[in-house]
Amino acid sequence: MSLHIPDTQVCLWTLGHENPSSLATYTAHGGYEAIRKILAEKMPAGEIIEQVKVSALRGRGGAGFPTGLKWSFMPRDYVGDKYIVCNTDEGEPGTFKDRDILIYNPHQLIEGMLIAGYALGARAGYNYIHGEIFEQYQSWEKALEEARAAGLLGHDILGSGWDFDLHAHHGYGAYICGEETALLESIEGKKGQPRFKPPFPASFGLYGKPTTINNTETLASIPWIMRHGGQAFLELGKPNNGGSKIFSISGHVNKPGNYEIPLGTPFATLLEMAGGVRNGHKLKAVIPGGSSAPVLPGEVMMDLTLDFDAIAKAGSMLGSGAVIVMDETVCMVRALERLSYFYYEESCGQCTPCREGTGWMHRIVRRIEHGQGRPEDLEELVRIGGNIAGRTICALGDAAVGPVVSFVRHFRAEFEYHIENKRCLVGA
Amino acid sequence: MPLIEIDGLQVEVAPGATVMDAAHQAGIAIPHFCYHKKLSIAANCRMCLVEVEKAPKPLPACATPATDGMKVKTHSPLAVEAQKGVMEFLLINHPLDCPVCDQGGECTLQDLAVGYGASASRYGEAKRVVTEKDLGPLIATDMTRCIHCSRCVRFLQEVGGLMELGMAHRGEHAEIMPFLEVHVGHELSGNVIDLCPVGALTSKPFRYTARPWELSRRKAVSPHDGLGANLQLHVKNGRVMRVLPQENEPINECWIPDRDRYSYQALHSAERLTRPLVKEGGQWVEAGWQDALERVARKLVEIRKARGGAAIGGLASAHQTTEELYLFAKVLRGLSSESIDHRLAQAEDARGEGVRWLGLSIADMEQMDRFLLVGASLRTEQPLLAHRVRRAVHAGAQLSLIHAADDDLLCRVHAKLITPPGAWVHALAQIAKALHVAEVEDVRVSDAARTVAESLLGGERKAVLLGAVAQNHPDAGRLQVLAQAIAQASGASLGFLAVAANSVGAQLVGVLPGAQGLNARAMLQQPRHAYVLMGVEPELDAYDASAARAALEAAEFSVALTAFRAPALEACDVLLPIAPFSETAGCYVNMEGRLQCFHAAVKPQGEARPAWKVLRVLGNLLSLNGFDYDSVEAVRADALPQGQEGIAAHLNNAPVPAGLGPAAARADLVRLGETGLYDLDPLTRRAPALQAQAGAAVVSVGRALFEQLGVAEGTPVRVRQAGGRPVRLPIHCDARLAEGVVRVPAGGMAGADLGGRLDAIFIEREEP
Repeated sequence: MSLHIPDTQVCLWTLGHENPSSLATYTAHGGYEAIRKILAEKMPAGEIIEQVKVSALRGRGGAGFPTGLKWSFMPRDYVGDKYIVCNTDEGEPGTFKDRDILIYNPHQLIEGMLIAGYALGARAGYNYIHGEIFEQYQSWEKALEEARAAGLLGHDILGSGWDFDLHAHHGYGAYICGEETALLESIEGKKGQPRFKPPFPASFGLYGKPTTINNTETLASIPWIMRHGGQAFLELGKPNNGGSKIFSISGHVNKPGNYEIPLGTPFATLLEMAGGVRNGHKLKAVIPGGSSAPVLPGEVMMDLTLDFDAIAKAGSMLGSGAVIVMDETVCMVRALERLSYFYYEESCGQCTPCREGTGWMHRIVRRIEHGQGRPEDLEELVRIGGNIAGRTICALGDAAVGPVVSFVRHFRAEFEYHIENKRCLVGA
Repeated sequence: MPLIEIDGLQVEVAPGATVMDAAHQAGIAIPHFCYHKKLSIAANCRMCLVEVEKAPKPLPACATPATDGMKVKTHSPLAVEAQKGVMEFLLINHPLDCPVCDQGGECTLQDLAVGYGASASRYGEAKRVVTEKDLGPLIATDMTRCIHCSRCVRFLQEVGGLMELGMAHRGEHAEIMPFLEVHVGHELSGNVIDLCPVGALTSKPFRYTARPWELSRRKAVSPHDGLGANLQLHVKNGRVMRVLPQENEPINECWIPDRDRYSYQALHSAERLTRPLVKEGGQWVEAGWQDALERVARKLVEIRKARGGAAIGGLASAHQTTEELYLFAKVLRGLSSESIDHRLAQAEDARGEGVRWLGLSIADMEQMDRFLLVGASLRTEQPLLAHRVRRAVHAGAQLSLIHAADDDLLCRVHAKLITPPGAWVHALAQIAKALHVAEVEDVRVSDAARTVAESLLGGERKAVLLGAVAQNHPDAGRLQVLAQAIAQASGASLGFLAVAANSVGAQLVGVLPGAQGLNARAMLQQPRHAYVLMGVEPELDAYDASAARAALEAAEFSVALTAFRAPALEACDVLLPIAPFSETAGCYVNMEGRLQCFHAAVKPQGEARPAWKVLRVLGNLLSLNGFDYDSVEAVRADALPQGQEGIAAHLNNAPVPAGLGPAAARADLVRLGETGLYDLDPLTRRAPALQAQAGAAVVSVGRALFEQLGVAEGTPVRVRQAGGRPVRLPIHCDARLAEGVVRVPAGGMAGADLGGRLDAIFIEREEP
């Protein structure tokens, strides 16, 4: 894998080193220098936030919200506890990057959370780890112990007089707990269901206290930014899309895996790094940012660069950077049946449009796939999707609609063939 | 004050108000299901989506804060399209069973579907079916109809304080269910039926018996506890079919306890007495009113002539109306008897100068900063007042307790002294001592008592409240004096939790012993030759059940004005059928001194008559003056000449001074005999659903005694008290009970063979 990793790695650079996850490896290469400097100089929080703003770091969990801006929402002069929460509830189908950070470079995440905790005035931080990954949870706990033993966590960190600690919260595997307010509910011991916003977590978060929630990769990028400066991070990528990003490429490629490359890299380059489409097949379609991102036809994708703005302009989203590649053997109806089933199963059931609508959409797609489609079904799918999107408490409703509407839009002929001929166009 | 525009109307709203609040203020209806003014905001049904200018998508009115300059359109094409979209989703999995659904005709989903639903469904897939849940004898379920608004869950959690229902599973599989297949047992649980916007939760006893449009709604006042909850009696063909709350914010808000909701079942109990009965040769024989009343008058006159008025005792229930109680006392006084009382469960006559009341208004309760509850089983005695106290505690009030049982009040308790009733005087003395009350003799102040005292010294609005057990206590007088001293020293108000619907009214009209008369306990301990009873079942209502039965059996003559036949009344000589609350007009005065009048909702059954009419005729037959009433209003004018205005002057909780020395030593084992939640009065005792909800009586003991007895949980054991007969009851180990206490409920048949409610008790295992 190291073969493909250019020297612009921000998060996964420890790969190829001996004991990549160890404190020794991390500190031998400049690890914890950023927080040492911050604490030694008593750097003002505003300066840190400013660097993050300059870096144009955007949330790596899927929404791509500017991290510096998010941090600036935290009330500065709030009296009482504040929290920083790391979202490692990596459940989006196609995404498998955060788990590698926990396995290969947990200390950088710890340092990132320390810096965030310091900048935001948090008393403690929680890392919410997806329920179905256990090795990663152990790796994180081990790193915490190492850091604590080294005086990097807990009381009077590095003799600075600053107290801060980190904890792990191991979830139970519900997709919805990746939604930041459902995640907070889950940490509080309640059923993981999103909260209605406002109030936003920056004013009413964990246990009702101001809280910032960032993705694992986002927080792990912070030490790099503080060490090299926000401008250097920005220059890694392109304007408004700072830094490198881990792309989890999966599906019909010869070498699926995580590739950390600068934002703005052409998709064609990533595809080449991943060894191209398997068995010399033709590229048919790509879901560029995890299963909730609208699908794009292969030829559209081949002309795009991998950054938030370019993908958004093409009608999809960079999301979590989970690139799902589909070759010509894929039946798009069947693929959508699987995707719509996922959202139907993972809807929390709290609010009406998502609870009722995801099942309805899935059943229609299933009927089409199984030769019981009706001519009006495609219009109906789009109509139902329209009644879900933007009408729900959280973004899961929109996430469920994205695939359905985009599959129908870009591959309508395949759906129509299924409905008319009661069988699949692919291989017909 | 934010100014917002809603459908073109300018509305100035309070800071923090939502768009829904603004709409209510402007008189604009926004369709909704999950929103309820008394519950937290869930924003989950999405029915209230409205268009907000500059917002990219429709927003839920219930959860969107109204901000200055906001422009809202509730019925614009975008809003209506969003609302119709939500309605379609709600209907796709909702069964089309309105014709057989009890909610039909009063269903929010049905009503809103008229405005927002399509005439035909576009949903052609399989519909969801949800398995039934057993929530117990009160609430029927049809969970397939559930639209997941979560009102029931939020009610039990937020108002009830006990999360007995939850939404389990995810997505389309989400279901409302009780945890671990346990029934819903909360004393306010029935309110979820009113809250449920569809037919998922309906009343089990009422099920399939009437349609909402067949029912006429008559206002009434709860005849049970002293809160005086306002009720709606739903009547069909002269029969009360069900009871719902009548909203009255300062009293019951929009809730009622389950006993107010389901006690109507007793109105048609097989035990209803519908014709006068007289005893002939030991057998009951039906009689005409004239004969029966003449016989009563003749016997009472005879006994008075032979033995004097003191030979006659009068016991009336404070669940009767003020007018009835007034005439009752008037008849007894006309017979020269001063032995008149309504406080059957009291061990000691610890009267003060005035009429005992709450000391505050009911609504004030949630404004309190500090509470000290003395001998109050709050959830059982006052289910809705408990809710107000809970709300105050949630808002930061500190609650301290003195009780023999550390029952879960479903809120945080700041400090507590859990000791046998015999130690309560001592416990109060400690608190008083910690507050430097001079009269208290030397007592060592425990840490818990000091914590209570310190708590009471903080805060501004404080209440010391005496519950039923404290009022019925053999040392009630000293408890009151100490409570008063504590209240004075800490700046708190002293209050009495009125046990019955008309406890305050009964005091106001003098259903109390005169200077030469005996109180309830004394007239049962020193049997009278004749008893006049009204609305009571002496062996269930009295402090000492066995003494009550013995007294009645020994009496030469006794007459009961009663709505029901009862084992406790078998020893009587004449039973006169009177109308229960639904069939009579009158008024109650609740614990805050509020006069509430009501009309009869239905006609009396059979030959039953309102007790005020019976007493009026009896008064005339006895040739007493002042019984020429021709309306209940005329009786009221005599009973409470100044109406509501005249009441306040009589309310006074100051006790009669009594010694503050240490209490007398008590027995090793003492009974804690509180009136059961559903054994409060003849109505609740005869409501099958409530009795099923209550379950079988048990005898509860603390862990040490339980282990000492060496029996398994649920094994029958024998308990007995002086003067009574052994009673066999299953044992229950309750670690929250003070040691030295054996809890056997009173008011029901389980306690009918026992003795004093707070007297010595013996418990033993059954030898095989």
